[in-house]
Amino acid sequence: MVDLSVTLAGVTLKNPVIPASGTFGYGREFSEWYDLDLLGSFSWKGTTRDPRSGNPQPRVAETAAGMLNAVGLQNPGMDAVLREEVPHIARIFHGPVIANVCGFSLEEYTENCRRLEDAGPVKLLEVNISCPNVHAGGKNFGSDPRSAAAVTRAVRAATTKPVFLKLSPNVTDIAEIARACEAEGADGLCLINTLLGMRIDLNTRRPLLKNRTGGLSGPAVFPVALRMVWDVYEAVKLPIIGCGGVSSAEDVAEMMLAGASAVEVGAANLRDPWACKTIVETLPAVCERLGVDRIAGLTGGAHEAGGPG
Amino acid sequence: MNKSVFTLEHARRLAGDVWELILEGDASAVTAPGQFVNLELPGKFLRRPISVCDWTETSLTLLVKEVGAGTRELVRLPAGTRLDVLTGLGNGFGIGAAPEGAVLVGGGIGSAPLYGLAKRMLAAGRSVQVVLGFRSKEDAFYLEEFAALGLEVRAATEDGSLGTKGFVTDVLNGLPDCRYVLACGPTPMLRAVHALPQITGGQFSFEARMACGFGACVGCTIETRNGLRRVCKDGPVFRKEEILW
Repeated sequence: MVDLSVTLAGVTLKNPVIPASGTFGYGREFSEWYDLDLLGSFSWKGTTRDPRSGNPQPRVAETAAGMLNAVGLQNPGMDAVLREEVPHIARIFHGPVIANVCGFSLEEYTENCRRLEDAGPVKLLEVNISCPNVHAGGKNFGSDPRSAAAVTRAVRAATTKPVFLKLSPNVTDIAEIARACEAEGADGLCLINTLLGMRIDLNTRRPLLKNRTGGLSGPAVFPVALRMVWDVYEAVKLPIIGCGGVSSAEDVAEMMLAGASAVEVGAANLRDPWACKTIVETLPAVCERLGVDRIAGLTGGAHEAGGPG
Repeated sequence: MNKSVFTLEHARRLAGDVWELILEGDASAVTAPGQFVNLELPGKFLRRPISVCDWTETSLTLLVKEVGAGTRELVRLPAGTRLDVLTGLGNGFGIGAAPEGAVLVGGGIGSAPLYGLAKRMLAAGRSVQVVLGFRSKEDAFYLEEFAALGLEVRAATEDGSLGTKGFVTDVLNGLPDCRYVLACGPTPMLRAVHALPQITGGQFSFEARMACGFGACVGCTIETRNGLRRVCKDGPVFRKEEILW
């Protein structure tokens, strides 16, 4: 019997598999198709203070081994989420929920985090400082160590729940951003968000996405995400949620060997709504093949010294 | 929604770049005409959403237009190919909500779901009138299949090579009693039909670029009078009064 449980900043998950934000809504749809309680957790749709309708159509496009999206943080807003989604989540999922929190200002981030203080199912906050689709005056908090540090400091003071910063891969040195978050008291990190990309329609000779650019996800980004998890694991002592192109139980193991304590599965859910269920069910066999009886023991196992300092 | 493996029985070219595909498999999740399926293709990351033309418990008839590399490969797959398919997606047309005298209006490949709709309306004892628009006679398809149901299609072609020269709106303008439509086709056609003053009600099936097809990614959201709606999950069929045009 393989022990699949993992721990993220004191929060225990029955297994490391977490549907990623933006691919799982607030769990409603998927709860019709399988028992969500088989998941370690799920990260809900990025939530802002005010309702957002997102970007104009078209806002998804296919790529080789992946896809671009420029949804633009469509969400019903914090009021509606607290009123309608949180009570519903309590009925469909009994494990710890990760709340993905977005904002356009330090005040909005802190207000959103504070308002989730009494949301029972939410055991961990994933502060999204990296959505590439939203340009509040051109600002992207995750693209600069100083602004990443400022968000971390502000939200850390606003909540008693563990705070994970979700980092952007669209930076020169992700380890530098990770260290800035660690220095300001982050409890963990989630990486990576999508990679900025675009496609052009040969017929119209115009960008395929109305937003012009979108975030690349899917198997195409897995090696990039893995490399960044590796680099960040070497740079900080914080637990890492690895995210980016994970599509199989083998990918989960690989991501953990690179340094992840748990793993988010995103675009794979959109191709196969049962992807996370299949991964959870396949994990024990993969662990047995790797000769581990405790999956948490995989974390950082590929690093020569067995982990940082 | 159901996910199961279907076997491609045959694919035949109907006209121009439009093909008919027959797939055998568990189609029990299909509950209404106008729903769609999402097919996984070898080597493609996203599935391809295709409306259901007709179905039985154990088979699907899909009409597929070649629009890109994915559909080009799909229609040329050899018989016997096994395909992973999500079935029973979307709301579909509501026959009960359509008053007597409702007219089925299709444009190009959008005509596909109207065949299954016509069949089920006839089975429910309803009278059916069909108006279909094509670019030209060479692009028209399924007229014989509709005829086999005892239905005479009123056609419109842009070059006049078949039926009325012009658009489906020109045919509808010649049907003074038509007040309600069940429509599927390109957005400009839907808008033009929606704008006809005599059309006071109807159901309009939308097209959109989708990623998942089952409501998870919100990639295909549109704004309606009732707020944001996902074309894949809340649609693809929307009532006339919901639509913001």
